[in-house]
Amino acid sequence: MATLSPTTSEALCAAIAEAASKHARLEIRGGGSKADIGSPWGGAREVDILDMRKFAGIVDYDPPELVLTVGAGTPLAEIETLIAAKGQMLAFEPWDHAPVFGRAPGAATIGGVIAAGVAGPQRLSMGGARDHLLGFEAVSGRGEKFVAGAKVVKNVTGYDLPKLVAGSWGRLVALTQVTLKVLPRPRQQATMIIENQTPQQAHAAMAQAMGSHGEIAAAAYLPAAVNNGRAATLFRVQGFAPSVDARCGFLPRLLKDHGDVLRLPDADAARVWTAIRAVAPLAGSAALWRVNVPPSGGCAVVAALEPLGARWFFDWAGGLVWLTFDGDAALVRAAAEKAGGHAMLVRGPEGLRARVPGQHPRSKGVDALEARVRRAFDPAGVFETTRFGDVHAN
Amino acid sequence: MSLIMPAPDRNVLDRRDEIIAALKVIVPGEGVITETAALRPYESDGLTAYRQPPMVVVLPSTVEQVSAVLKWCFENNVKVVPRGSGTSLSGGALPLEDAVLLGLSKFNRVLDINYADRTAVVQPGVTNLAITTAVEGRGFYYAPDPSSQIACSIGGNVAENSGGVHCLKYGLTTNNVLGVEIVMMDGEVIRLGGRHLDPAGLDLLGIVVGSEGLLGVVTEVTVRILPKPETARAVLLGFPTVESGGQCVADIIAAGIIPAGMEMMDKPAIHAAEAFVKAGYPLEVEALLIVELDGPAAECDYLIEEVAAIARANGAVTLRVSQNDGERLAFWAGRKAAFPAVGRISPDYYCMDGTIPRRRLPDVLKRMAEMSVKHGLAVANVFHAGDGNLHPLILYDANQPGQLERAEAFGNDILRLCVEVGGVLTGEHGVGVEKRDLMPVMFTETDLAHQQRLKCAFDPALLLNPGKVFPQLHRCAELGRMHVHHGKTAFPDIPRF
Ligand SMILES: Cc1cc2nc3c(=O)[nH]c(=O)nc-3n(C[C@H](O)[C@H](O)[C@H](O)COP(=O)(O)OP(=O)(O)OC[C@H]3O[C@@H](n4cnc5c(N)ncnc54)[C@H](O)[C@@H]3O)c2cc1C
Repeated sequence: MATLSPTTSEALCAAIAEAASKHARLEIRGGGSKADIGSPWGGAREVDILDMRKFAGIVDYDPPELVLTVGAGTPLAEIETLIAAKGQMLAFEPWDHAPVFGRAPGAATIGGVIAAGVAGPQRLSMGGARDHLLGFEAVSGRGEKFVAGAKVVKNVTGYDLPKLVAGSWGRLVALTQVTLKVLPRPRQQATMIIENQTPQQAHAAMAQAMGSHGEIAAAAYLPAAVNNGRAATLFRVQGFAPSVDARCGFLPRLLKDHGDVLRLPDADAARVWTAIRAVAPLAGSAALWRVNVPPSGGCAVVAALEPLGARWFFDWAGGLVWLTFDGDAALVRAAAEKAGGHAMLVRGPEGLRARVPGQHPRSKGVDALEARVRRAFDPAGVFETTRFGDVHAN
Repeated sequence: MSLIMPAPDRNVLDRRDEIIAALKVIVPGEGVITETAALRPYESDGLTAYRQPPMVVVLPSTVEQVSAVLKWCFENNVKVVPRGSGTSLSGGALPLEDAVLLGLSKFNRVLDINYADRTAVVQPGVTNLAITTAVEGRGFYYAPDPSSQIACSIGGNVAENSGGVHCLKYGLTTNNVLGVEIVMMDGEVIRLGGRHLDPAGLDLLGIVVGSEGLLGVVTEVTVRILPKPETARAVLLGFPTVESGGQCVADIIAAGIIPAGMEMMDKPAIHAAEAFVKAGYPLEVEALLIVELDGPAAECDYLIEEVAAIARANGAVTLRVSQNDGERLAFWAGRKAAFPAVGRISPDYYCMDGTIPRRRLPDVLKRMAEMSVKHGLAVANVFHAGDGNLHPLILYDANQPGQLERAEAFGNDILRLCVEVGGVLTGEHGVGVEKRDLMPVMFTETDLAHQQRLKCAFDPALLLNPGKVFPQLHRCAELGRMHVHHGKTAFPDIPRF
């Protein structure tokens, strides 16, 4: 296992083309914060690491245009600091996975965040990584540099390849540069809390709030078991002060039948959302699953798995269930499917990850289509490291 | 007409009767249209400069029928052009002489509404506005609002990734669609996405949206619905120069405000609109700006003052704040009628759709004025100012020899300019046939080949809506082999089709 660290697109093209001609495989890596997701390499062929961190730096940033172009290897933290200084944010709330695996944060790169489709609690109201990637420059598995999308916020010229590349886990292209939509950072945030609800009650309260004029930015539920014995249903509202105040006044009236709605002190609120975003309530080494379902499906998932020992919490108003479960993985997948969604194995011991695919298996038709799409970008399977399922023969 | 489409397949044209007979078996009754007169309404979409009667129109009403039609066409090497309501402004639904036109108008039912999950499942022929109509009784709406929303279908919106005046804040179609069912050219039916967020694997939904009918026929759409904002207020602003109007837009965004809508009109557009609807627009200003804020009343009241202050600081000579919904709608009346207003002062107009970085607006308008002189045709501009999406309307008269060609040449110059200043060919109307031949202005051969190989993954025989979006039809085998060394060696010039 060698590590390649090209510094120019030309060198990157050459490295990928050479790997393709030798039938070698490349694991594209940024900060490595998510390296423990997916199957440990079990492929017959050698896997080399393609380190993208040399493609770093701010290329263009014009705050009023709401557009930021950076090298894909730029650390997420550096970008956040830069745009926060201009009162802006990445609205999909990307985060660093390192602590999930007990490692120190700080290494995550924007390229890795995009390739893994990482988003935080605000995904609920503001969209995910896919919705904020406007354009990119990359080298495909053919060893060819190309661009897609654009550097303006509104564009429908050609296929929307940025959507495809966001969440593609390094299986289509090596991203060298990304153009992101940035948005104004809210002037004020407030979090309202209802305590001691059951999951069903929390779901009902969240559904009502989401369908109201409360303009909820994020909604989560921490059951007592992961929140020091006190269940918490949390609603984040944000924006300009008069609006935030009005909505904080409105929510207790709206939700009066659900219980007392109180305002959480700001410091506590900041702490709890940071924890939720980074899945801190489920820290440890137990197998960690990320279950995406329609919000109304969350309760059924936990009802099936909690009696068997699962610990969990809801984000995205119930549409994202984080859960730790050391029982049969097939039960998690079955519960997710039954609720109309899917489950990803995010953390687990090597043995488990070798046996259980990281991504939820797709229907036969979608699986075949995905394979054809991957081959369109990567005909030699350079980026197929066996990390996510089978390798196409070549 | 300067447009070159793929040469019709003689063999297919000769088999027309056989093809019609086969379609009638799959779609019995009225669903197959063959008479010359009855085909005429389908001969163009919203880009009426291009016309071509289809070989035959088929209007299936079930997914099984769509699948069987596509499978039969696939097995018999017959091309298919999907069509929703036919309002495309880029010729995406332009028929081909040797293709079956597959209309989705019978897929007009709302299938399911789930208020707890805030989703609606609809058939593709449901109009954009009908989704809102179906959910507004409960205080919800579907956010993307193309001006054509009373007519255009959600299937067409998905295909074009359509936007509207509110997409700065609420996103384009792609940001509001959660799932689709599509039928691929070989008849296979697959579902992408669902009622949850984010896919298990590749985001194939993300590329189907905006694929202009080239990847699959959309037979069901799941959209996100939102609670209707509590209030909306607008401010009408007039500026003595385009620069000051543009600076006002930049300052509003720099102040952290993302308005629900922010529309600009230049002087010719203001005059045309005012003459048509008497909205009370100031006629002496160079740029008119409508800024709409929506949300909680407390927020609108606060932000309207902020916006007014920013406008004053930028030298606004007109500043009117809507005091009620009637006034707000009156501000919009002129903007909403801008297209027909221009249609009144000119026999024909040609609507462009480029996007530019907003900071380049004054420069772009200046150069557009120069082009207007060069081509001898007037132009009026309406502009989604918040996101830099320009809609120049080129005024011409198709009955005057040469004017259409000049209008097209002018339009192409504008789009080249958009790309030159860092923008794109189309912000919401799609490439279709209209901007197809300009794609190389924005993308290299290598860029385009990476897009076209995606088409091969869905439709390797290139039978679904060929001749749209891409200037050259490369066979998939050829694309597979094509190799560009160090991104330089472009493959030799292959003639258009
Ligand atoms: C007056 C006017 C105003 C407009 N304003 C706007 C605007 O504000 N914003 C905007 O974005 N657009 C606007 N448009 C453009 C147009 O309305 C949109 O592009 C719309 O989405 C097209 O929908 P349609 O149903 O008419 O599709 P069609 O015109 O029938 O088809 C458009 C494309 O979609 C494909 N297609 C249609 N249905 C399907 C399906 N079910 N499956 C697969 N492919 C399909 C067709 O093959 C074609 O390529 C406007 C048009 C007009 C005439």
